[in-house]
Amino acid sequence: MNPLAPIGRAFIAFMHGVGHFAVFAVQALSHCVRPPFYPRQILRQVIDIGYYSLPVVGMTTLFTGMVLAIQAYSGITDVGAEVAIPTIVVVAVTRELAPVLAGLMVAGRIGASMAAEIGTMRVTEQIDALNTLSTNPMKYLVVPRLIAGALMLPCLVLVGDVIGTFGGYLIGVYRLGFNASAYLSNTWDALETIGVISGLVKAAAFGFTIAVMGCYHGYTSRGGAQGVGAATTNAVVSASILILILNYVITELFFSR
Amino acid sequence: MTDPQATAAGRPAKIELRDVHKAFGSKHVLNGVDLTIAEGESVVVIGGSGTGKSVMMKCILGLLKPDAGSVHVDGRDTTHLSGSERDRLMRHFGMLFQGAALFDSLPVWQNVAFGLTQAKRLARAEAKDIALSKLAAVGLGPEVGELSPAELSGGMRKRVGLARAIATEPDIIFFDEPTTGLDPIMGDVINDLIVKCVRELGATALSITHDMASARKIADRIAMIYGGRIIWAGPVSEIDRSGNDYVDQFINGRAEGPIQMQIREG
Ligand SMILES: Nc1ncnc2c1ncn2[C@@H]1O[C@H](COP(=O)(O)OP(=O)(O)O)[C@@H](O)[C@H]1O
Ligand SMILES: [Mg+2]
Repeated sequence: MNPLAPIGRAFIAFMHGVGHFAVFAVQALSHCVRPPFYPRQILRQVIDIGYYSLPVVGMTTLFTGMVLAIQAYSGITDVGAEVAIPTIVVVAVTRELAPVLAGLMVAGRIGASMAAEIGTMRVTEQIDALNTLSTNPMKYLVVPRLIAGALMLPCLVLVGDVIGTFGGYLIGVYRLGFNASAYLSNTWDALETIGVISGLVKAAAFGFTIAVMGCYHGYTSRGGAQGVGAATTNAVVSASILILILNYVITELFFSR
Repeated sequence: MTDPQATAAGRPAKIELRDVHKAFGSKHVLNGVDLTIAEGESVVVIGGSGTGKSVMMKCILGLLKPDAGSVHVDGRDTTHLSGSERDRLMRHFGMLFQGAALFDSLPVWQNVAFGLTQAKRLARAEAKDIALSKLAAVGLGPEVGELSPAELSGGMRKRVGLARAIATEPDIIFFDEPTTGLDPIMGDVINDLIVKCVRELGATALSITHDMASARKIADRIAMIYGGRIIWAGPVSEIDRSGNDYVDQFINGRAEGPIQMQIREG
């Protein structure tokens, strides 16, 4: 028995999975631009991903903004704190924290439910039924989720930017006793277009990633309830890891010099 | 052994399987299935659990790609159709799945109307009228239309699945184990509905089952699948004198005989 054989086998299986996924992603993208479209399905996903994720994204960014202000204050002792804290909060929230935290929270919420819903449809033959009703499941199930994911995550992140910054403001003004209007004008001065734009680009990429991983794992799941459970876990884990990797890549593209 | 190619006299073949093979990994499920279904005929394929009946049906529908061999519908080779060509072909088909496969995100009437609103692009109001009339045809009142599939019993699910399969008035209808999991009386109700719906549409029907009572009621012709092949096919009236030991063992439900049950799937 060759001791390298299991490693080789695992590697081949991995590459097989990557190839399989690549074919799925390319197919899904090509269906995004070809009719028929299902506006009703897109709307349903927009509400599900955008609207119903607002509370979780709002809570996450609010408390993160608050914590950030406290931590920044405890680390800064000199007199510049009134300028430094609003700057740190708004830059960190818009560039990194809102997109990454919103991405991870939505990956848990939406990635899991997409994989579970589509996976259940797969194992109960509902996807086959779509085919026999002359409806392409890629177009009916996958495309609306991809579009809604890529569109709604930036909206959520924009909301998260505002709420996260507001969290810092709450701490700055009510706990640290900063002047309210000075805090706001310092925040405004520190706000940069590239920070917000890069955050929104990240959000769109994360939203697409979450949806494509959820759909892929659901679509290819098999083996009953256990298979659907595995698909759900894999969708969330792979989306979360890809979000962190993509975050690094996009940060390099925008900010390295 | 009766020639599996022999069809009801004189009618053109609606569906033709020629030497269809399908394997999953090292497991060969279909090993050269030949089957011809004439226009307007009702064929029932019988065979034990796990012998590849559903796989055969999915190969015809294009849900699975045969590894070798071909599938012809109306004389046209449809084995390698995909995309919108496949979607167009599917308008000729209706299918009742084993577990009914109702869309649980949609109320019952939208399930039934699905082929009308999505594929035929009918207006919702019009599609709803047709859906309710199809529900009535399978013995379900309009109040059922507003329920969610999760609220239905097994027999009702099958009926809704049947209504959905006939809603677009297809010329070919497939039934995958229509009576499995139902009590004998509900099973017979479904059999009667199938016979009635198929006759009204003048459709070609292919059913798979291991329920002989159902097979005798629905079929014009019966074919038996074993070892990945059709080993016998003939008119329903000849099933009791097929002269085939495998068929005899199956229809009489005997444990002893040439068919050895695979206890372990392998
Ligand atoms: N998608 C699939 N992947 C792997 N194996 C499958 C698949 N579909 C069916 N099989 C296997 O093929 C065999 C025949 O299945 P099926 O056609 O569903 O049997 P039945 O005659 O009871 O309908 C089974 O052993 C099943 O495990
Ligand atoms: Mg089956």
